[in-house]
Amino acid sequence: MQTLPRRLGVAVIVAVIVAFLSIKLDTFRDYQIAEIAVEVTAVAGLTLLTGLSGQISLGHGAFMAIGGYTAALLLMHLNWPFEVVLVLAAVVAAAAGAVVGAAAARLRGPYLAGATLMLGVALPSLAYAYPGLFGGDQGLNVAFTTPGFLGATFPLTRWQAWVSAAAALITLVLLANLHYSRIGRNWRAVRDDEVAAALDGVNVAAARILAFVVSAACAGLAGALLALVTELVAPGAFTITLSIALLTAAVIGGLGSLPGALWGSLVIVLVPTYVTDVATSHGLSSSVGSNIPVAAYGVVLILVMLVFPQGIQGGLRRLLALFTGPDQKTPKRSALPVAPPADQARASQHALLARGDEPESPPDPPEKEGTS
Amino acid sequence: MVEFLQFTLSGIVFGMIYAAVALSLVLIWRGTRLLNYAQGGMAMFTTYVAIEVIHHTGSYWAGFAVALVAGVVLGAAFQLTVIRPTMNKPPLNAVIVTIGLLTLLEGVAGILYGGQYRSFPAAFSITGLKIGTTPLGVSRFDVFVAAAVLVTTLVLAAAFKYTTAGLRMRAAAFNTTIARLSGIRVARVLTVGWALAGLIGALAGVLVSPSTFLYPNSMDTIFVFGFTAAVIGGLDSPAGAVAGGLLLGVVLSYVAGYLGSKGSDLTSLVALGILVVVLMIRPGGLFSAARVRQV
Repeated sequence: MQTLPRRLGVAVIVAVIVAFLSIKLDTFRDYQIAEIAVEVTAVAGLTLLTGLSGQISLGHGAFMAIGGYTAALLLMHLNWPFEVVLVLAAVVAAAAGAVVGAAAARLRGPYLAGATLMLGVALPSLAYAYPGLFGGDQGLNVAFTTPGFLGATFPLTRWQAWVSAAAALITLVLLANLHYSRIGRNWRAVRDDEVAAALDGVNVAAARILAFVVSAACAGLAGALLALVTELVAPGAFTITLSIALLTAAVIGGLGSLPGALWGSLVIVLVPTYVTDVATSHGLSSSVGSNIPVAAYGVVLILVMLVFPQGIQGGLRRLLALFTGPDQKTPKRSALPVAPPADQARASQHALLARGDEPESPPDPPEKEGTS
Repeated sequence: MVEFLQFTLSGIVFGMIYAAVALSLVLIWRGTRLLNYAQGGMAMFTTYVAIEVIHHTGSYWAGFAVALVAGVVLGAAFQLTVIRPTMNKPPLNAVIVTIGLLTLLEGVAGILYGGQYRSFPAAFSITGLKIGTTPLGVSRFDVFVAAAVLVTTLVLAAAFKYTTAGLRMRAAAFNTTIARLSGIRVARVLTVGWALAGLIGALAGVLVSPSTFLYPNSMDTIFVFGFTAAVIGGLDSPAGAVAGGLLLGVVLSYVAGYLGSKGSDLTSLVALGILVVVLMIRPGGLFSAARVRQV
């Protein structure tokens, strides 16, 4: 298990790396860093919602839209500082998440998925219905500039990358604390067995609603960041495709894993750009190039679910276990628990277990979820 | 009064299409307790197949028939290849797999046909019918749409009731274990369920596309309306699905008709509202008897 100082340390190291990369790389790469940070912020919330509390959302793009439009409207009409705007966007989206979560607390898997899918499909139509307020199809422009102390020559994309990466890292640290706190344990208890959780004194409905509030806040923040990065909010950016891309990232990375959210986001932002580039350089039309990743997402979603449900992070953990010994993560579980022998004998037995089914084996330590 | 009649009739026509989608969802739900989120994507894809066939043969009916066959093949193939392995895993996995199928179909359609809107021919005239001088707001083709879904539903209902295969399907839906113990090959029955769902979904796609145009995402909205209709009907009952579809179609038609352009932008939000209200008040559907609900 991680502790707060260690998490903060990791966050600072990542922040330094991002800052270094953003200075070394060109404007386009800076923009991609910002995109990845936006994606991570939203996916981290979604992966906790689905992986930890066991609730699926096919409409998370709707919460991003709420955050994005909140930010755009606040910046446009009130001209508040962007830090305040980001927080408020998260708060407004969290409020929307509370409403959806209250409905969701009574819905089970397929109903919830359908209802959230519907939210994702329906919400952007508000922008068309009220063009006066939301700018219709064209959307709203968002003014975002570099602050004065960085000097006039500081590139805007670098500043956008910094702001998004900082927001993403803060979100990740906060979510990691939540993940291993009492709240995170309650979510897992509710996911695994509602009745048992309720008997243990967990307020099942409250836990489910809180999960929705937290993940909606993350999505709202991500939407607001997206508004700052693209300097535009328009209904076309928040389609159901976005919601499914978020879910894809969470699934690829490994549901319920925060580092997995990062891996998934890297894949979902970098791979399409790369594939589209390759496809167009081979003379394929842009519609083909832009649709190959979509088809690939579909294949990956199916394959991961059928073959490799733990996603990239699960694979990394297994790789890590190969080097650091089987105690990190046991590959197989035996049906016959016996008294635990000394540590060394244990390790060798595990090695045997990994190859074939040894009849006698020590009880396996409980799976350490999300350790990294 | 004339307006009311027109909105009602066109609501019924669209309602029949939502009913068809709802019916295809119910067929799969009854067998496997799984909602097939790829249903809209499958219907979109089979409609593209129909366009291609119509383009090459010049015959609408050839395209129509091939689309239905493609629906059957697609449904059975998906069930056999990717859905069956998820059956003993947590339900979330199957849900995500169907979403993967949806994404895959939309991506492949985008690669093959591009993102532009394509028009789809109608089987009959789409000029509005009139009684005397009063326009009814529906066309000959709309009558065909309603009749086609109605006939399919009735044939299906009769097959469920009077054929051995139908009896097997009902038994498998009623209780898998007992059905299996009675010698029914449940796995095969489930595949047939998916194939039939594919057929009805394909029918819905071909029938709705003349009025919505065809593009890779064109069935998204139709799918969520079909889902809402199925939930209104209780997800378990084919008759409920049709009733739910008609109810939703008529209500949305009034919203779009009486609120003007704002109304047609808001139809999906209204449908969302209806869905949430139904799920909160009567999670088993409007037509369900009182039932013990899990907390």
